[in-house]
Amino acid sequence: MARRRHASRADRIGLRAAMADRLLPFVVAAMSFLAALALAGSIAAGTLATHWLSGAQGLMTIEVGSPSAPAIAGNTSRADAVLRQMKAMPGFSDARRLSDAELSDVLKPWLGSAASGNNLPIALPAVIVVHAETGSVDAATLAKTLDKTAPGTLVDSGSRWAGRIAELTDSIRASAAAVLVIVALVAASVVAVAVRAGLAQRREAIEIIHGLGALDSDIANQFAGRAMRLAGLGGLIGGLAAPPVLAWVGHLAAGLMIAPSSATGAHSPIMALPPVLVATPLIFTIAAAVIGWIAAQVTVRGWLRQLT
Amino acid sequence: MIRFTHVGLRYGKSPGTESVALDDIDFEIPEGGFRWLTGPSGAGKTSLLKLMYLALHPSEGRIDLFGTPTSRLDRRGIALLRRRIGVVYQDFRLLQHLTAFDNVALPLRLARRKEAQVRADVTELLRWVGLSGRLDHRPDEMSGGEQQRVAIARAVIAKPSLLVADEPTGNLDDDQAERLMHLIRSLNRLGTTVIVATHNLGLVARHPAPMIELQDGRMTWHG
Repeated sequence: MARRRHASRADRIGLRAAMADRLLPFVVAAMSFLAALALAGSIAAGTLATHWLSGAQGLMTIEVGSPSAPAIAGNTSRADAVLRQMKAMPGFSDARRLSDAELSDVLKPWLGSAASGNNLPIALPAVIVVHAETGSVDAATLAKTLDKTAPGTLVDSGSRWAGRIAELTDSIRASAAAVLVIVALVAASVVAVAVRAGLAQRREAIEIIHGLGALDSDIANQFAGRAMRLAGLGGLIGGLAAPPVLAWVGHLAAGLMIAPSSATGAHSPIMALPPVLVATPLIFTIAAAVIGWIAAQVTVRGWLRQLT
Repeated sequence: MIRFTHVGLRYGKSPGTESVALDDIDFEIPEGGFRWLTGPSGAGKTSLLKLMYLALHPSEGRIDLFGTPTSRLDRRGIALLRRRIGVVYQDFRLLQHLTAFDNVALPLRLARRKEAQVRADVTELLRWVGLSGRLDHRPDEMSGGEQQRVAIARAVIAKPSLLVADEPTGNLDDDQAERLMHLIRSLNRLGTTVIVATHNLGLVARHPAPMIELQDGRMTWHG
């Protein structure tokens, strides 16, 4: 008969194999993958918001009704008078009137092909876009000023949209954070269930070892070491699976979110991901291992309290 | 020194279901002392031993082990005190997934002894109890007598300050029982306090020593 191996030095009290849950790494891998998606969602929302806000912040839209009608003062049309006034106004730059083609593009989602050409049954206002250099400008005050040149002029501030985008981004980030917390709690629960199954399986052995003078930490460390390795393996699997999928999704959404890989000079779509997502195998391995270790320690120490 | 002062033990928590296992137990065993613990089945011998190796806490009274009141110990203190107590259980209580070697090595590994020392000590002791050829066998591959000897080796391997044995010769033939008593007596001479519960009055007669006798949970004789 082959000589049987004795307990290893690390497994001094022969409990390490008690937690033989082979499914644990795969469940934790699935949790890690979900966490990666949530993390990517949060980062994407932030990137998208930054991208949009950089355009929306300080951008103002001025609508001049009856643009061809004469202005209150002077001999020019209302549209030209407002455009000239905005170009001369301190604190504003890049004032320009949208062309008919640009206006058609803006209206196309609502009016379809009817938005192009001059076949609209109603007269469209002139739309002037201008960049406010001083950050927040009171749209109502500006509208009141312009009203003296062209009555009925409307001013729409981009900061209003920027605020809404920021709120939306914050709520997406909060949701992603909540998902991460839930995923961590579920992973901890899965580890706890596996540990409890191991404790139940080796209950008698643990009672004997406890009776021989094992400290709670001696027993808890045996389970925690095993849980740490199994959960860490799960984190690694989930972390390795996430970047290729995220790179593919990122590639599909490149126009919305981040510059495509060709634009950033990266050769691999994975390398075009934010560094934190590229590093998910390492981050999730460590995070899952820590969660596994803590969950096992808490579970075992709690369970041991029932022993005298 | 082991001192029991008016110790009582009751099982069950609600008043209607309570049963008294031990009542007003009062004795003292000096350091390095030897005591037989006798009495009929159900007299409370195992309960008394459980109190001694800290598997149970008394319902009343006070127990002092090695000069320390056990009621003042926290979990860590109890665990560390248990390491000074070797126990031979009636049902052996060996770990079925470990070999004889690893079972006997457990107390030394819990005490974080060097592995080379563990190997030498365990091999020597298992040879001494006649199991040198069974080091790599698991309990389910050994006879009752062999398991008993593994249990005894595990109890004495760390040279405990107190050795508590509950019917240690129950599964041994006369020759093995004498060898065991020789080992226990040797430990006792080296300073280990020993208490052995037994039904075997022949064994008691061959190894005269002070006796604690229990009857229905009460101490009927000490001396």
